[in-house]
Amino acid sequence: MAKVRTFRLPHYDAYPIQVAMFKDVKNAAFLRSQLLAANPEFDYAFLDATMILTPQHLLLATFQALHNSRTSRLKARTAHSELVFRLHPNNNIGESYRTFGISDSTTRLLAVKLSLTPDVTSESVSRHLGEVVEGESVEIGEAGEELGGWADEGKIRKVYKLNGNGNGKTGVVKNGQARDERKEMESVILGMMTVKGS
Amino acid sequence: MAPSAEATVEPIQPPPTPPTDRPLHTLPAPFTDSNLTVLAQGAEALVYKTVFLTPNTPCVVKYRPPKPYRHPTLDRRLTKARILAEARVLVRCKKEGVSVPGVLGADWDEGWLALEWVEGKTVRRVLDGWAERITALQREGKKTEEETEDEAMLGLMRRVGRVVGRLHEIGVCHGDLTTSNLMLKPPERADTSRTPDHTSDSLEGEVTLIDFGLATQSTRAMQEEERAVDLYVLERAFAATHPAAEPLFQEVLKSYGESFKGARLTLRRLEDVRLRGRKRSMLG
Repeated sequence: MAKVRTFRLPHYDAYPIQVAMFKDVKNAAFLRSQLLAANPEFDYAFLDATMILTPQHLLLATFQALHNSRTSRLKARTAHSELVFRLHPNNNIGESYRTFGISDSTTRLLAVKLSLTPDVTSESVSRHLGEVVEGESVEIGEAGEELGGWADEGKIRKVYKLNGNGNGKTGVVKNGQARDERKEMESVILGMMTVKGS
Repeated sequence: MAPSAEATVEPIQPPPTPPTDRPLHTLPAPFTDSNLTVLAQGAEALVYKTVFLTPNTPCVVKYRPPKPYRHPTLDRRLTKARILAEARVLVRCKKEGVSVPGVLGADWDEGWLALEWVEGKTVRRVLDGWAERITALQREGKKTEEETEDEAMLGLMRRVGRVVGRLHEIGVCHGDLTTSNLMLKPPERADTSRTPDHTSDSLEGEVTLIDFGLATQSTRAMQEEERAVDLYVLERAFAATHPAAEPLFQEVLKSYGESFKGARLTLRRLEDVRLRGRKRSMLG
């Protein structure tokens, strides 16, 4: 049994989201092959956990996937591939999978499953993931702080083309207190994900 | 006096006010059933407060309902273009470190844009409160206190000038720069247990720009003119608050002038704009 945390997006309370985190994953290649074979049993969004900056980062992609699925405007084939697609700033599904999706060498894994039908429950996801993922399940807190815990800021900056320390220019308006660097970065990324594909 | 003539003229009755207790629009997906209350209404959009992504992330939803007087195809195109323009400008500002609300999400087919919630109060309200206090102090003849008030206020004005200067420096013009579209965001306290005190008269905090619905990322040729008009509109907003607020605006201009290269040119252009008003001559 894997440890699964259920999130509920405001305004989409009827569709819970099941999220599980794993470290020391040994069979990433197998999981990826199942995705490539489009095995319906493996309809998950398997993500490289080092590419997720904060809980909101993951939740916006999840929201967009769910929203587009509910309003029949998916760009990708399934809601779960839409989730992976929505994370990337460019409009290329393959690239999204290469950057944010599971690769053969992934050891830190995030598995997201949308409960689009009532038979997908926290228990069913937990049981299935517990069987197929060879890795150590990590508990996620209620607010999901752990979701950004493994973030590789350098890699994420590169994908979203954010230059270091916000911007190096002088005369930056800092008329308040010290800024929360990660919060600022998150805000820019959420904005970029929103205007993507327009 | 002819009383008969008076009797024939019927007094003009104002039309009955429409009932306001029911919502004027159904909200777009996914907010349809969320039962939100309207915070503000503009000419094009309705503004609601709600939460987004997590139950403790407050946000503003700006909804542009379909306009029945427009052709549906045109309506969709305009709504999409306007939502995207606003979102793009905000993302640009965020990237450059200008203090603006972040974009949390949008759906231009449904017509909504979700923005980060900005705590605090508008500079408009700060100015009103300040004007009241100044008047009271002057009546009591407490000169020293009035001076300390002024120093804190001038500090705020300098921050306003800098944030506007920074905005213009990156090539963005706000388009509707009034004191109501400037927020004073109180500094976040270390102890999160205490909620921000809205009634406090503190002038501390970060000045944040809001409502980019009319903002443009302008071309070089137009920039100076649009920047000057931004400042002119802000000047008029200051003048409209209180006569004592006018000298304050000089401080805004001073720090604006020092904030970036080219600000001086904008200030010179402002002189021309003052003479002719916001609208440009059609012969120009």
